[in-house]
Amino acid sequence: MTVHDVRSRQSDSKRGDSKRGDSKRGDASDGAIFAEAVGGRLSRVDGPAKITGAAKYAVEQQLDGLSHAVLVESTIAAGKVRSIDTAAAQASPGVLLVLTPDNGLRLNTATDWLGTPPPDIPYCPLARDVTFSGQHVAAVVAESFEQAVAAAALVKVAYDETPAIVDLDDPKAGDGIPIDTMTKEWGDAQAAFAAAPVRVCAAYNTPREYQTPMEPHGLIAHWQGDQLTVWEPSQWLDGMARTYAEWFGVPFENVRLVSPYIGGGFGSKAFAYGYGAVAAMAAKMLGRPVKLAVTRPQTFTAYGGRAATRQTVALGADAEGRIQSIVHRGVNETSVDGMWVEPLGSVTSIMYATPNFSSRQNVVRVNTVVPGALRAPGENPSAFGIESAIDELAYEVGIDPLEIRLRNYAEQDPEANKPWSTRQLREAFAAGAEAFGWSKRAPEPRSMRDGNQLIGWGVAAGTYPVRRAYGEAMVRILADGSVEVESSSIDMGQGTYTILAQTAAEVVGVPAENVVVKLGDSRYARAGVTGGSRLAGVMTGAVHKAATAALDQLVGLAISDPNSPFHALQANTLVVANGRIASPRGDGPEVSIAELLGSVGRSQIEAMGDTMPANSTADDRYKNYTTIATALSHTEGDYSRHSWCAHFIEVRVDEDFGTVRVSRVVSALDSGRLYNPKLAESQWKGGIIMGIGQALLEEGIVDRRHGRIVNNNLADYLIATNADIPDIEVISVGIPDPHSSALGGKGVGELGIVGVAPAIANAVFHATGKRVRDLPITLEKLI
Amino acid sequence: MRDFSYLRANSIDAARQAAALPGAMLLAGGTTLIDLAKCGVTEPEIVVDITHLKGLDGITVDDRGAMIGALARMSSVADHAEIKSRFPAVSDALWQAASAQLRNMATIGGNLMQRTRCPYFRDPANFPACNKRTPGSGCSAIGGVTRGHAVLGTSEACIATYPGDLATALVAFDAIVHLGDRQVAVDDFFLLPGATPEREHAIEPGEMITAISIPASAAAGRSTYLKVRDRQSYEFAAASAAVGIEFEADGRTIRDLRVALGGVATKPWRARAVEEALKGKLLEPDTVRRASLLAIEGAVDHGANHYKIELAPRVVARAILKMGETA
Repeated sequence: MTVHDVRSRQSDSKRGDSKRGDSKRGDASDGAIFAEAVGGRLSRVDGPAKITGAAKYAVEQQLDGLSHAVLVESTIAAGKVRSIDTAAAQASPGVLLVLTPDNGLRLNTATDWLGTPPPDIPYCPLARDVTFSGQHVAAVVAESFEQAVAAAALVKVAYDETPAIVDLDDPKAGDGIPIDTMTKEWGDAQAAFAAAPVRVCAAYNTPREYQTPMEPHGLIAHWQGDQLTVWEPSQWLDGMARTYAEWFGVPFENVRLVSPYIGGGFGSKAFAYGYGAVAAMAAKMLGRPVKLAVTRPQTFTAYGGRAATRQTVALGADAEGRIQSIVHRGVNETSVDGMWVEPLGSVTSIMYATPNFSSRQNVVRVNTVVPGALRAPGENPSAFGIESAIDELAYEVGIDPLEIRLRNYAEQDPEANKPWSTRQLREAFAAGAEAFGWSKRAPEPRSMRDGNQLIGWGVAAGTYPVRRAYGEAMVRILADGSVEVESSSIDMGQGTYTILAQTAAEVVGVPAENVVVKLGDSRYARAGVTGGSRLAGVMTGAVHKAATAALDQLVGLAISDPNSPFHALQANTLVVANGRIASPRGDGPEVSIAELLGSVGRSQIEAMGDTMPANSTADDRYKNYTTIATALSHTEGDYSRHSWCAHFIEVRVDEDFGTVRVSRVVSALDSGRLYNPKLAESQWKGGIIMGIGQALLEEGIVDRRHGRIVNNNLADYLIATNADIPDIEVISVGIPDPHSSALGGKGVGELGIVGVAPAIANAVFHATGKRVRDLPITLEKLI
Repeated sequence: MRDFSYLRANSIDAARQAAALPGAMLLAGGTTLIDLAKCGVTEPEIVVDITHLKGLDGITVDDRGAMIGALARMSSVADHAEIKSRFPAVSDALWQAASAQLRNMATIGGNLMQRTRCPYFRDPANFPACNKRTPGSGCSAIGGVTRGHAVLGTSEACIATYPGDLATALVAFDAIVHLGDRQVAVDDFFLLPGATPEREHAIEPGEMITAISIPASAAAGRSTYLKVRDRQSYEFAAASAAVGIEFEADGRTIRDLRVALGGVATKPWRARAVEEALKGKLLEPDTVRRASLLAIEGAVDHGANHYKIELAPRVVARAILKMGETA
């Protein structure tokens, strides 16, 4: 369906609404998908508010008595804080409080996201023992932001510095800690590799990468008695509310988190971090609301980006390129006192069929902030390894990089030994290759050029597991006939507002514009983390269930209430379409929802729906929404569930300058059924754009003498600009997957980035004959 | 808070007088001053706002050359029809500088005063040693992350790269900086760091850039600015070249050649050796490539910036050859 079709249909349905709407009824019979229904291309309903500036972000709230906190950060990477001289800062104009590890409130350690019970030790968000450069060591709160900034500069911290382990290449770093739960082995991978007629083995590295959301982190914390309200951008209101509650020893219900709009998260906004504790502590101590806005440089150290990774991938194959063995070893960095495992074997173990497999992973402690989630944690660097390696194997064997992928196609999950729920990867390869014109590719490297530009075509596949969880939603049918959906889930740009409006509209039978979706307040129906590409599947299912219950109540009232105009009809059921109620055969009256509610004397209908197992206890529910402990494995039951994609990318490399420009992208993706293709396409493209940045530009550069990231700003940490991005063609090859979600969708948000970097690296090899195995592919690596 | 006085200058003379006061700095587009104030690099005591001065934003171009007022916006100059036709390298350089938002704010005078992007210079809290910021304190960059640092014109005191694009084009075409009545050649306006990297410009307290003039020349009329960088937009140059060329009547023999380098030196870098080597020669690829190697005579790398020594001559050669193609 073209955009023009959608627009006309949208306006049709609006016209219908003002007169008599029967366009909705034609939906099933004529097979068309209306923009307003699930599967329609409705534009983002939150778009106008964001474009006009009406959307108010967390730290834009205006509160009486607001004070401003500014962090003081460590300037060493390892050592102890010997002393903090706060005298000058205290005396500075407007200063209300100078927080150090010695004068704060005693906080508790909180439960982690996995639900691990915390140790009974105090939590101090300000460090005495410094483990990375940029760690919070003190904070200043003042009447104005400017006063706080000036005073923070007057805080004098003296350190006893010790040698730091600056990165994975540091000789002191060692081999790290084996993570046994990451070990995956079948067959005899080492022996099979040794015996294989064709072998490739190489190391692939990715640097520290950062989420760089347009909206930096921050919060306003406000205590009223023992009730805490926090305005903070969040990918997980309930999880963060639990953390704040546990830190301060107040009941979960006492903490309200508000986060109606989020200016990008990419994995970085799912947790309450130390600065949040600082602000909430200061607010409690001062009895005033405190705002703490994380600065752009602090977005590189106040929480973690993607860990730097190292992988070795060894592929043994027969002479036709059929893989006999995969031996994979991975290492990621973590912090000195925190544990982050970036699962580097996650794609390695499922992408290709192999009788012999071995993957192991170590984690190395270095002096950095604990790394965190960044779009497709694990799958992203994992795919860079395996999808580069199989490209190398293709050249070694002498077959087309696309052909080798088909030759090693995994007909079922080789790791779980279960059938795929759906795997449209073969279709993705076919559709992508066709649209890209892959068959016209000259096989030899350096065989395509345009003047000084060497042209290369690369392909790589990507995948992301379907992470499933239980959800909850409140649906109300209001007196005016409109529908209200409430959930503490969030919209960080991916389209939650829109697809939940579409879901409720379709179920209840009202135009989507008559649905108001309220998100981002922990007082609403609860929700788990918006991460791992799970939210759309979880929440459409929950809203579908709640909306169905609300519709049932509405129809039940219409049939049974003595004051209903349908009472005399003695119908078994009624049809609701475009906000109007009628009998299925059209005999009898037709009234609007508002008229019906008026005649039966009801101000609203309300239905809470959740997808939790029926016998769930209150504690089960609490756990479900505040930890990921109850999340369902993607291989639970009879199937292995994943999204899949294939990227076909053209690069142009200047042979003198080494500069790489991506000139064409065609990606075919299988995310199952799309709840809103327009928004899914945008998310895929966003992932691809981020992947282009990752492949060519992004790298946190460490001064190895100081263990400090020196390019901690958006002029020096390079993300792709519009000029770096060509037209991107995305093709949906998914089919509804009933095993993955209630409405048949699979994950969308993270899939797009997975496989982009290796597709570009493979294209660069095809262009230049140079294999770059260290991201990003900057010009000096090709010059 | 860090208080400062704000003065709005009503005349050029008033601005100059105010600028002579201790701790005074001029505010035009603000894209450098405010940025550096936020980083803690500059803490002006008096901010002298010159944005309201009349008559300083003009752009006039005639057969003798161009006269560009100090308050002309980067985007206005870049888009000026006569600048584009008579000084294409100047327009090219401006279009490839910064971002659209910055070009719309930043002024030409302020652009010349733009300071280095050396990350050590820009982070006083973490790197107290910086000879440019605090004379005699040392250089944190040497031995550190040097991918963007200069390979030409460096000293033991400073290896910070001059980041601008416009001045690279200006130095190629012998532009003149007007400090009121005093005129200084652009090449002389920018100073080598030597032992005094804190002194970057030949401008005295109480002086203010009022205009830039660029003499017309055939070479300027046939010129280009080639900027090479990893990111297609909004990034400082890994290496850049401003090149202008004038051929003899045969259309092949080089009569006049102007070459300047950006992104590789501590100041906008005129490559006169390349110019001299090619004047009177036929424009042929091998000749040009060989001569372009002279652009990096005396270059010294600091490890991660070694690639600039490889890259710069290639950029120069490409730019010169490109000018030949359009003969």
